[in-house]
Amino acid sequence: MPHIVCCVKQVPDPEAPASQFKVDEAAKKVLPIPGIQPVPSQFDTIAVEAALRIKDKVADTTITILTLGPDAYRDTVKHCLAMGADEGVHINDPALNEADHWATAEILAAAIKKLEPADLILCGRQAVDWDMGVVGSTLAEIMGLPIVTIAKDVQMEGGKVTVERVLLDGFETVEAPAPCVVTVSNELGDPRYPQLRQIMQAARKEVKGLTASDLGIDGAKNRVTLEALFVPETAVETEYIEADSLKEAGEKLAVRLREAKLI
Amino acid sequence: MPSGVLVFGEATEDGQLAPVTGELLGAAKSLGGPVTCVLLGAGVEGLAQRCASLGADKVIVVDDPLLKEYQGDAYVLIGERICKEADPSVVLFGQTMTGRDLAPRLAARLDTAVAMDCVELSLDGDKLQATRPCYGGSARARYSINRTPQIATLRAKVYDPPAPDESRQAEVVKQSADVGEDAIRARVVSRRKEEVEGVRLEDAPVVVSGGRGLGGPEGFKPLEELAEVLGGAVGATRAVCDMGWYPVAAQVGLTGKVVTPDLYIAVGISGASQHMAGISQVKNIVAINKDAEANIFQAARFGIVGDWKEVVPAFMEKVRELKTG
Repeated sequence: MPHIVCCVKQVPDPEAPASQFKVDEAAKKVLPIPGIQPVPSQFDTIAVEAALRIKDKVADTTITILTLGPDAYRDTVKHCLAMGADEGVHINDPALNEADHWATAEILAAAIKKLEPADLILCGRQAVDWDMGVVGSTLAEIMGLPIVTIAKDVQMEGGKVTVERVLLDGFETVEAPAPCVVTVSNELGDPRYPQLRQIMQAARKEVKGLTASDLGIDGAKNRVTLEALFVPETAVETEYIEADSLKEAGEKLAVRLREAKLI
Repeated sequence: MPSGVLVFGEATEDGQLAPVTGELLGAAKSLGGPVTCVLLGAGVEGLAQRCASLGADKVIVVDDPLLKEYQGDAYVLIGERICKEADPSVVLFGQTMTGRDLAPRLAARLDTAVAMDCVELSLDGDKLQATRPCYGGSARARYSINRTPQIATLRAKVYDPPAPDESRQAEVVKQSADVGEDAIRARVVSRRKEEVEGVRLEDAPVVVSGGRGLGGPEGFKPLEELAEVLGGAVGATRAVCDMGWYPVAAQVGLTGKVVTPDLYIAVGISGASQHMAGISQVKNIVAINKDAEANIFQAARFGIVGDWKEVVPAFMEKVRELKTG
């Protein structure tokens, strides 16, 4: 019975208006936007979609959603369960909340070892908050597993994982033995949206909680220090081209670009 | 004591030193101390002198047919061995397909950590200060790494390469790959290229890009025509590539390509931070968008608020006239 673990996280809604994005520089934290709920990180739900496509073909596949974060992350686990995943595991411990990418990978690895043996571990190619893109690779190295990054298609058959990888000017097919780690990119396609019936079923499902002591970990062993967090200055004076008609505006733009020696 | 900067250089497909390698050598120089450049690949030995002319004091070459194309499992083993021998204080990669894949793996093997996609690197004593965009470019974070080597990847086209000095010499050390077949666990079985005609997006002096506001794939036809008139290339946002309106190879942004043309014309692009991350170094952005509130205008030097279908044909005609006139 194939077992897939999907590592997911929750992020501030990246579709929120840019004008509302604010940082507390002293606390080195992004301020939550009032009235806008955090959402599952987009690449992570695409990783769940990749797992569900495998399950669509091999019905006895089980998919476990694994997350590390505070109470609110439960919503993200529930969302992924509603998409069609089978189990939810939530590592929730104040001692682990400030984990950097290294510590996150270390904690996830410890949790995965507590689960049923995984044949495939899927992560988003990067989280849409810190955009670092390293947890999947770090997790693989800690666990000593093969890793394939930036997948647009993932197939698993008979102990072999076949991945279509996105390159800058094309694609490549990579084969790796299971168990392995794969990070998934947006080229895979949109994640499915849960139906109402699934949302109600997921609401009743238990999410298993894990703490640092369950994992035998005494805190997040960070390797990087966030020294500063700030909003960069992007003051650009925009010259709006106005005219009686848009056709004239288009012509005027060409003239202005010529004057500025840009064409 | 770890010391100096070690740079992982890259070659282009046609056997030249990749531009990002020059930029990495420029960044390494700005940090100070001896600079070692590592070249892994097939047929890369001839590039050692080029690295020397751009500021490398030592070049370590591993030239092996096995390394012709990037294979993570082979590269990470060789990278680990070289770093353990050289014991650098700082290791730099480009934020390329290779850097994205290799840097975090190597960091784990060397029992350290990495800061990805940096736009500014400096030293505070021995401590690397690595500044990088996050939240899709809305914020910047400055990190230090509590272990050595301190590893970072550098975004393309942020640092200038040093002026080449052909008389500069470097110590060139050749090493064999020495990687057994059985060490390769994730194996590349085939590759296929997605060809984009005309000027390469990364090299184009002018880029004409389209977003969701084009309304459909047919909207790219006039943009292609405009790009041709301007001697440029066509780009696209992630949203339209995901919808299949345009090839993924043309995607500009955080998860696509970083471009630095002299002129960037954004048509029907709202300016999501994911896209802006790909044009953050562009000085001259023209925004054509119906929505006056679109984020793209924040970064635009020139803006027209209105339907692109009315603006672009008239603009293109006038450009033709000016170019021939």
